[in-house]
Amino acid sequence: MNPSTLPQFLLRNAREYPGAPAMREKDRGIWREWTWAEYRDHVRAIALGLVKLGFKRGDKLAALSDNRPQLYAALLAAQAVGGVTVPLYQDSIARELRYVIDHADAKFVLAEDQEQVDKLLELKASLPKVEKVFYADPKGLRHYTDPILMPLEELEKSGRALAAEQPQLFEEFVAAGRAEDIAVFSYTSGTTGAPKGAMLSHANYVAAVRGILEVERFERTDEVLAYLPLAWIGESFFSLGCALIAGFTVNCPERPETVLENLKEIGPQIVIAPPRIWENLVSTIQVRMEDTSWLKRTLYRALLPAGEDAARREMEKQPVSPGLRLRRAIGEILVFAPLRDRLGLRRVRYAYTGGAPLGPEVFLFFRGIGLNLKQVYGQTETTGIGWVQRDGDVKLGTVGRPYPNVEMRVSEAGEVLSRGPAIFVGYYKNPEATAQAVRDGWLHSGDAAMLDPDGHLIVIDRVKDVTTLGDGTKFAPQFIENKLKFSPYVKEAVAVGQDRPFVAAMINIDMENVGKWAERRAIAYTTYADLAQKRAVYDLIGREVERVNRDLPEAARIQKYVLLHKELDPDDDEVTRTRKVRRGFVASKYAGIIAALYSEAPSVAVTTTITYQDGRQATLQTELAIRSAGAGFAAAAAA
Amino acid sequence: MDGPAGGIQLSVEGVAKHFGGVRAVDDVSMDVRKGEILSVIGPNGAGKTTLLNCISGVFHPEGGRIRLEGADIGGLSPSRVAARGVARTFQNIALFRGMTVVDNLMLGRHLHMRNGVLSSLAFWGPAQREEVAHRKVVEDIVDFLEIEAIRKQPVGSLPYGLQKRVELGRALALHPKVLLLDEPMGGTNHEEKEDMARFILDVNDEWRTTIILIEHDMGVVMDISQRVVVLDLGRKITEGSPAEVKADPRVIKAYLGTKATH
Repeated sequence: MNPSTLPQFLLRNAREYPGAPAMREKDRGIWREWTWAEYRDHVRAIALGLVKLGFKRGDKLAALSDNRPQLYAALLAAQAVGGVTVPLYQDSIARELRYVIDHADAKFVLAEDQEQVDKLLELKASLPKVEKVFYADPKGLRHYTDPILMPLEELEKSGRALAAEQPQLFEEFVAAGRAEDIAVFSYTSGTTGAPKGAMLSHANYVAAVRGILEVERFERTDEVLAYLPLAWIGESFFSLGCALIAGFTVNCPERPETVLENLKEIGPQIVIAPPRIWENLVSTIQVRMEDTSWLKRTLYRALLPAGEDAARREMEKQPVSPGLRLRRAIGEILVFAPLRDRLGLRRVRYAYTGGAPLGPEVFLFFRGIGLNLKQVYGQTETTGIGWVQRDGDVKLGTVGRPYPNVEMRVSEAGEVLSRGPAIFVGYYKNPEATAQAVRDGWLHSGDAAMLDPDGHLIVIDRVKDVTTLGDGTKFAPQFIENKLKFSPYVKEAVAVGQDRPFVAAMINIDMENVGKWAERRAIAYTTYADLAQKRAVYDLIGREVERVNRDLPEAARIQKYVLLHKELDPDDDEVTRTRKVRRGFVASKYAGIIAALYSEAPSVAVTTTITYQDGRQATLQTELAIRSAGAGFAAAAAA
Repeated sequence: MDGPAGGIQLSVEGVAKHFGGVRAVDDVSMDVRKGEILSVIGPNGAGKTTLLNCISGVFHPEGGRIRLEGADIGGLSPSRVAARGVARTFQNIALFRGMTVVDNLMLGRHLHMRNGVLSSLAFWGPAQREEVAHRKVVEDIVDFLEIEAIRKQPVGSLPYGLQKRVELGRALALHPKVLLLDEPMGGTNHEEKEDMARFILDVNDEWRTTIILIEHDMGVVMDISQRVVVLDLGRKITEGSPAEVKADPRVIKAYLGTKATH
């Protein structure tokens, strides 16, 4: 029988290559391995343990954990007995957790450790449907007596006992799974309104993975590092779907802070990261190059343009002259290969960026240092990824073409529509939203886009975010923001201008990089807010704004900007957990600042209320300077 | 918070230490129960650190006795006291700044290493097995204190709060019965304080380690200790539960200084 559910793929792998590595996790400084057979044994134990506790087909298991083999095993175990899994963002705050766990009707929750258990216990009273909370790491939990708690190990133990009594039970459960069973509720942290639970079936996962396997070559011996939250569809597509179906090895980092080091140790062949991470990497490299030896810096500055130039010409399908080829080859030996090696990217065959648009400068940078970075595109509702740039056919500024099994068109209104077997089943308990998203059989993405003559998709922005200035000029805020964010000194930016005479920007400085920059210049500062308001910092960012303006059409240039006193934070609802700006919310929260940007005022006063983790509140008064682009010192407000 | 504290683990009887004419510690007695967290508090110059130094063997007390599980340890050298199972951290971090975190923790294990210089010269065989075993203990501590990301960084390059955490790790590497902590939260920020308080509680919980804590932050002291001893001008003025001590007029007097200030 051909496997058609994720647990059936697990059994296939355990049967066909039982001794090959399936999962690794670094623990106590050592990479520890699960073979496919061991992986299956853990899944079997947990699955039967769940059955013993009364978990039935269609029941839901939510999971609140960093990526660890136990997390994957628990998800597959629930799916193996016909259950639905609900991965949660580990850094969710109580209110978000309560909403999703309750809305999903979760019967059981898996928590990683004491920290997550504490969060859940605090919410216990408002989560009446949750019957048990399992925990993977018992540290610090010894004296917890709440009967709702149960160590994962105990669950496995009772499952193993059941397996001993009924050796075929697990295999029977798995065989009873159907392709149309729901595998995952993926809650979209949409930029507006409450999260929606997209129901994804096993058939959706299988179709999406089959789609990418038709155009990309994933090997059984490939390695990936699973360091992004499994609640993000991109991660579950790769490290759950692709890993099981293509049969490659998933490595879990030791801790979130050790990802870069672990990347070097594993040397993966496939890497996926959202733009934020690629942007951070460029910033880190740029800053390190400032601090490195004169020789290295000179070589880097001399040879990087050659790499980027050659990469650009190849993407534009223009000839690369022998001279440029030679310079790139020298660059490869002296700079690019060592640099990729330092980052742990030397063995990479495919590097992907997805989840949000990546600035063209960042994209070109990585292609320039010889990394096969490609844009992918899709939605949670297409089970992650449906579009990918093909090798040898990568075009700057596009997201490539759809998989062969994805049918796509751009509507008259300029919206991306798609249909095919990977399109989701619907939103859980929300038929109105489902009907809104899927009309006449086509999934409406909400993304404004156009097709270039070769059939490559160019995504412009969210349909509702495309902004119109007072004089009717249209611009895409994201486009401007991404250009700003290419600067290592800019962490986040929000461009505004709806019905206004010009474009203005609110900017978050990058504390780490601007801080280092300030230290080198002996500029003393105390807090984030203080650093952001330094006159020299305004000058620094002003130069970045001018750089961006040079590439923008005259009408869409940033005329005024302000450096914000705090970082936009998902805990304050200003950005989503995947770091997308919630425009509507930000516009109303910062209405005072935006109004000041369009007045003659040299500065604007803001009062912020900060809620500490222990619930205490404090108010802060800050005066934010407003600057005109290109105005320099003259127009600067006193910092 | 009250754990099942056992019998007396460490007793201090009439200990005194003078520097010239100054009586830094003057006839102090206290009993420390097995598995408890006991805080020693008092105004600056009350003799808290001197008392810890007497217990850990840095100073030799001039009178009285210090007994660990019944055996007299007063007057032993610091390394001998450590070998008996008493580890400490210092107010001013005492780590090898140029060495990595793991190497500092491995050094903390050296008291437990059996192989001498000669057998260590041949790295294979027993010496290697021992090294592996000790590294395992050290990795457990790294995991416990959540410092995986800085494992291979030189201690001198770390922020102050993390150095404090590493120093706690170095003391834990001894697998001590009694842990003396001299202002583990001094100079750290709010978040680091919370982390450290949690680690102290976890150490006490996980290994039933007896802890004697000197700390200035009264909030922390009242939150995490089972008993408190109050010193003033080298003398013990009272002891009891945090609530009792807080209400004691002598303590209030010592802190607010109704006496002539100097």
